[in-house]
Amino acid sequence: MSNVISPTLPLTGTVELRTAEGWLAVCAAEELLPGRGVAALLPDGRQAALFRDRAGRLYAIGNVDPFTGAGVLSHGLLGTLQDRAYVASPLLKQRFDLADGHCLDDDSVAVASYPVRVSRS
Amino acid sequence: MAVTTAASRNTRDDTIVLIGHGMVGQRFLEALADRGVTGRARVVVLCEEPRPAYDRVHLTSYFSENASPEDLSMAEDGFMARHGIELHVGDPAVSVDRESRTVTARSGLTVVYDTLVLATGSYPFVPPVPGRDAAGCFVYRTIEDLLAIEAYARGVSSGAVVGGGLLGLEAAGALKGLGLDTHVVEFAPRLMPVQVDEGGGQALRRSVEGLGVSVHTGVGTSEITVGDDGRVSGMALSDGSVLPAGMVVFSAGVRPRDDLARACGLPVGERGGIVVDEQCRTADASVFAIGECALACDGRVYGLVAPGNEMAETAARTIAGEAGAFTGADLSTKLKLLGVDVASFGDAHGTTDGCLDVRYSDARSGVYRKLVVGADGTLLGGVLVGDVESYGVLRPLTGSVPPVAPEHLVLPAGAGAPVTLGPTALPDEAVMCSCHNVTKGAIRGAVTDHGCGTVPEVKKCTKAGTGCGSCVKVLGQLVTAELEANGVMVDKGLCPHFAQTRAELYEVVLALRISSYRDLLDGHGREGARGTDGCEVCKPAVASILASLAATVGASVHVLDGEQAALQDTNDHFLANMQKNGSYSIVPRIPGGEITPERLIVIGEVARDFGLYTKITGGQRIDLFGARVEQLPLIWTRLVDAGFESGHAYGKALRTVKSCVGQTWCRYGVQDSVRMAIDLELRYRGLRSPHKLKSAVSGCARECAEAQSKDFGVIATANGWNLYVGGNGGATPRHADLLAQDLSDAELVRLIDRFLMFYIRTAEPLERTSVWLQRIAGGLDHVRDVVVHDSLGICGELEALMAAHVAGYRDEWADTINDPERLSRFVSFVNAPDTPDPTVRFVPERGQIKPEPILLTLTETVTA
Ligand code: SRM
Ligand SMILES: Cc1cc2nc3c(=O)[nH]c(=O)nc-3n(C[C@H](O)[C@H](O)[C@H](O)COP(=O)(O)OP(=O)(O)OC[C@H]3O[C@@H](n4cnc5c(N)ncnc54)[C@H](O)[C@@H]3O)c2cc1C
Ligand code: SF4
Ligand code: FES
Repeated sequence: MSNVISPTLPLTGTVELRTAEGWLAVCAAEELLPGRGVAALLPDGRQAALFRDRAGRLYAIGNVDPFTGAGVLSHGLLGTLQDRAYVASPLLKQRFDLADGHCLDDDSVAVASYPVRVSRS
Repeated sequence: MAVTTAASRNTRDDTIVLIGHGMVGQRFLEALADRGVTGRARVVVLCEEPRPAYDRVHLTSYFSENASPEDLSMAEDGFMARHGIELHVGDPAVSVDRESRTVTARSGLTVVYDTLVLATGSYPFVPPVPGRDAAGCFVYRTIEDLLAIEAYARGVSSGAVVGGGLLGLEAAGALKGLGLDTHVVEFAPRLMPVQVDEGGGQALRRSVEGLGVSVHTGVGTSEITVGDDGRVSGMALSDGSVLPAGMVVFSAGVRPRDDLARACGLPVGERGGIVVDEQCRTADASVFAIGECALACDGRVYGLVAPGNEMAETAARTIAGEAGAFTGADLSTKLKLLGVDVASFGDAHGTTDGCLDVRYSDARSGVYRKLVVGADGTLLGGVLVGDVESYGVLRPLTGSVPPVAPEHLVLPAGAGAPVTLGPTALPDEAVMCSCHNVTKGAIRGAVTDHGCGTVPEVKKCTKAGTGCGSCVKVLGQLVTAELEANGVMVDKGLCPHFAQTRAELYEVVLALRISSYRDLLDGHGREGARGTDGCEVCKPAVASILASLAATVGASVHVLDGEQAALQDTNDHFLANMQKNGSYSIVPRIPGGEITPERLIVIGEVARDFGLYTKITGGQRIDLFGARVEQLPLIWTRLVDAGFESGHAYGKALRTVKSCVGQTWCRYGVQDSVRMAIDLELRYRGLRSPHKLKSAVSGCARECAEAQSKDFGVIATANGWNLYVGGNGGATPRHADLLAQDLSDAELVRLIDRFLMFYIRTAEPLERTSVWLQRIAGGLDHVRDVVVHDSLGICGELEALMAAHVAGYRDEWADTINDPERLSRFVSFVNAPDTPDPTVRFVPERGQIKPEPILLTLTETVTA
C-alpha cells in the first residue's frame, strides 16, 4: 500500500504509523505543524520523523541522519521539488525524499520510510 | 625525450635563475609557484627593464585607453614576496658561465644556479638604412619606448612607421592617437602579410585609410632624411618619393635576443633563436629557453604570447619533475588595430594540399572573411577582417568538420545565413582561450563544479581571458549558456519557488505589508510554485525578511509564532545552536563582554547543574554545550531569572559587539568604548539580517577590539568616533572601510541605523556586509552617498524601520518559557515527552563532557 495518504483538511484524529508490530499511535494530528516535523520513539528503540505538508499529506521516515548518526531529521526544513516533498537535514543539509526515504543528494543512501494514517476515533 | 637531471628534483638548496622578466618570464614564475617549486627552491630573477613584467600586448592601450604603466603590470601585488622570489629590477645579466654555473649581472651580482632559464624575448629589428640613428627615430617594444615616443611627438606634426605588420599597425595606431599625420610603409604588397591574404589585406587597407592613416605598400625605405638640427625630417622611399615626417618608428620585425646564449656557447639557429627541445631545454640540460628568444623544436621562433606561455608551462613542469612538452603552436591572432578587427587562424593562407576556400567580401563596409576548408570539409583556417564576431567559435572548430556549411559561416548574419553558430555547438575539447590553453570543458567545469557565475570569476578560476583578451566575448556567451543549462543563476531568482532576488522580495514585503510566507508565495511565487511548501532556501530567507520588518508589516515579532515557526532554520526553531550529535548549545548575551561576578557565578552554576561543557567564545561571551532539547527551557528559566537574554548565537542576527576596556581603565583610551559597545549591542540585539552581524568598539586607534574586522566597527578618536563598515574575519577576511569620521554619539547611532537597514534591504541571503559592499554597484561610494548624503531620499524611512525594530524588541527566551504552547515543542519525542534522545551521548574529556564519537554505517534498512 502507499505510505502517503491525502486526507482533506482540517486534519483531526490520531496520527498512526505502521511498524513491524502493527499501527502505532503517535500524536494528535493538530500537533503536526505544516512544514515542520516531530520525532517519535518506536517500540524497538528506533526513531521516526513525521511530517505534514501544506496540503495535509503525512509522511514518516527514519529520524537518524545517516550522515552524522544524530536523531535530527525531524528538525529539518520541509521542501518541495517537482511536487515531491523532502526534508533537508539540519546538520549537513542533505535532502531525503519523504515518500520513500531515499537521499536526493547521494543515491547510495536511504533511510527507512513508514506508512502513516490518521484514524478518526 | 625527457632527460632527468638534478634539476628535475629540486630541493630546498636548489637555485633557479630566470633571466628576463617579460610576459613569458612572469608566466613561468606563476607556473613554478603553482607547482610549489618556489616553496622548495630559491628563485632569482634578473630583470633588465626598470619595472617588473607588464602586459606588452596591451602597450598601445596606454595611448588608446589612457592606461597607466601600472595598469599594464602583470604580477599581482605581493606575488614575489609571497613566493619568496628574489627580483632584481633594472639589473640585466651580462654573462653566463656554464662551467661554474654562474650568472653575473650588471651590478656585479653573481648567482650560482642549478637551473637557468632564459626568457630574454626579442629586440626590434632596425634595417640598416642611412639616418636610422638620428634624433626622432624610435622602436616600439617597451614602456620606456612608448614614453619616449610620447615625449618626442609633442614637438612634431607627422610620423612614419616602417613596417605594416602587426606591430607596425600598433605603432601607427599609437602615432595616430598622439595626433600626428601618420604614414605606414610596408615592403610587401599588402598590410599584415604574415597573417592575412590578399583579399584581407585590401579590406584592411581600406579600413586603415578610412581612419586617416596613409598606407604605402610595395615600397621600401631607402633613407631617413635628417635636417640641419640633426633631427628626422622625412623618409625617402624606394620608388623615389619622399614622405615628410617629424619622427620614425621602426617596426620591421623582431629578432630573438640570443646574445647571452651565443656568448656561452649554446647552439642557436641560423636566423637566431636559442635551440631547445620539446621540454624547452637547450643543449645544456640545466639551461632552458622560453618565449620569443627560443627556437622551438619545430624550427620556429614564436613571436606571440600564447606559444610563449605554453613554453613557460612546459619548462616549469619539467623543472618540477612533471611531464610536459611544447611541440609547436598555431599562429592564430585576433587584433584590434586602429579600431579595425583582424583575425587569422590555422592555415590562413591555404597551403594544405587540396584545400578550398570560401570567401565573402564587402568592400564598402570593409568586411572580408575567408575560410580554408579541406577536401573532406574539415575547417583548416581562415582570415577575418572588419567583423570578427565568429572568431571565438571558428578557431576552436579548426581541425573538425563544422556542423554548418562553410558558406553559411562566412555570410553576415541575416544575409541568408540560416544559423548562427554559438559556442554551445563546440565540443568540450575545443580550446576557447588559446593564450592559456583553456578548453570549453574546463570553462563549463568552472561554472558547474566551482560555482563561477560571471566572466570575472571564470577568469580567476581558469585564467581564460586573461591573456590577449580575444576570447572574453565568447567566454561570456559560454558562461551564460552553461548557467542556463544548469537552470541556476542566470535566473537571478532566489530559488525554484521565487523568481525575485532577496532584495526584490524585501521591497514586495515592505510595499505590500505582507506578513506571511504563504501570502508571499501564493501571491508572488513562481507560476508552478504557488500553493507548494517552498524549500529550505526561501523559507529562512523570507522568515528573515519578515522578522526584520515584523514591527512594520505587522508580522509576529516572535520567531516561534504560528507559521513563522515552520520557516526557521533548526537553530532558530529551538533558539539554540544544534551541535554535531544533535545536542544544543546556549549562548546568553553578555553585552560588550562586560559581566558581573554574580552573573558569572550563575552561568557557572547552571553549567555545573546541567553538566554542560563550558567555553569562552571568540566573541567575548560564554558558550554552554551539550544540552538536550528538553533541557533548554529549564536552563533558560534559570538564566532569564538571573537577568540573561538570548544571545542570538543561533540566528542570522546581531551577534556580539565586542569592546576593549577603553578610557575608563586604559591609559591610552580616549572614549568609553565599553559603554558604547553595550549601547550598540542593546540597540541592535535581535535584529534579523541576511547574514550574522558582528561589531566591536575600540577605545583608541590601538584597536584592541579589532573593530576593523567587523561588519560595523567603531574606533574612538579625540573628537568622537570613526565608523568602519564591511569588515570580516572568517573565511575571507577583509578590513573594514572608513565610512565617516569624528561622529558624535547620536550621529554614530543614526549612521549605523541607516547602514544596517540599507544592507538588510539590499543584500542577498547569507551575504555578509563585506561581500555585499563589494558586490553592489558603486560599492562604498554608493553606500556612503545613500546613508550619509541621503542620495536616494530613503534615510528617513531607514531610521523609522530601525526605530520600529528597537521599540518592538522582546527577549525570545523570556517569551518562550512563559508560553506553554511554545514550550510543548521542546521534547525529543512527541509520543514519549519524558524520554531523552538516546543517540545524544557524551564521554568525558579534560574534566568536562564531549559528544561521543559516532561510528557511521551509511545504511539503515528499510522496514515497513
Ligand atoms: C562559539 C564560537 C567559537 C568559539 O568557541 O569561540 C563560534 C562557533 C561557531 N561559528 Fe563562528 N564562532 C565564534 C566566533 C567566530 C568569530 C570571532 C568573532 O566573532 O569575533 C568569527 C570570525 C569573525 C567573523 O565572523 O567575521 C567566526 C566566523 C564564523 C564563520 C565564517 C563567517 C564568514 O563570514 O566567513 C562561520 C560560518 C558562517 O557563518 O557561515 C561561523 C559559524 C559558526 C557556527 C555557527 C557553525 C555552525 O553552524 O555550527 C559555530 C556554532 C556555534 C555554537 O554552536 O554555539 N563562524 N566565528 C564563537 C562564538 C562567538 C560568539 O560569542 O557569538
Ligand atoms: C606593441 C606590441 C603588441 C603586441 N601584440 C601582441 C598580440 O596582440 N598578441 C600576441 O600574441 N603577441 C603580441 N605581441 C608580442 C608579445 O608581446 C610577445 O610575444 C611577448 O611579450 C613575448 O614574451 P617574452 O617574455 O618572450 O619577451 P618579452 O616580453 O620581450 O620579455 C623579455 C624580457 O627580457 C628582458 N631581457 C632581455 N635580455 C636580458 C638580460 N640579459 N637580462 C635581464 N633581462 C633581459 C627584456 O628587457 C624583456 O623585459 C606584441 C608585442 C608588442 C611590442
Ligand atoms: S584599544 Fe586603546 S583604549 Fe582600548 S584597550 Fe587597546 S590601547 Fe586601551
Ligand atoms: S585567447 Fe588570449 S586571453 Fe584567451
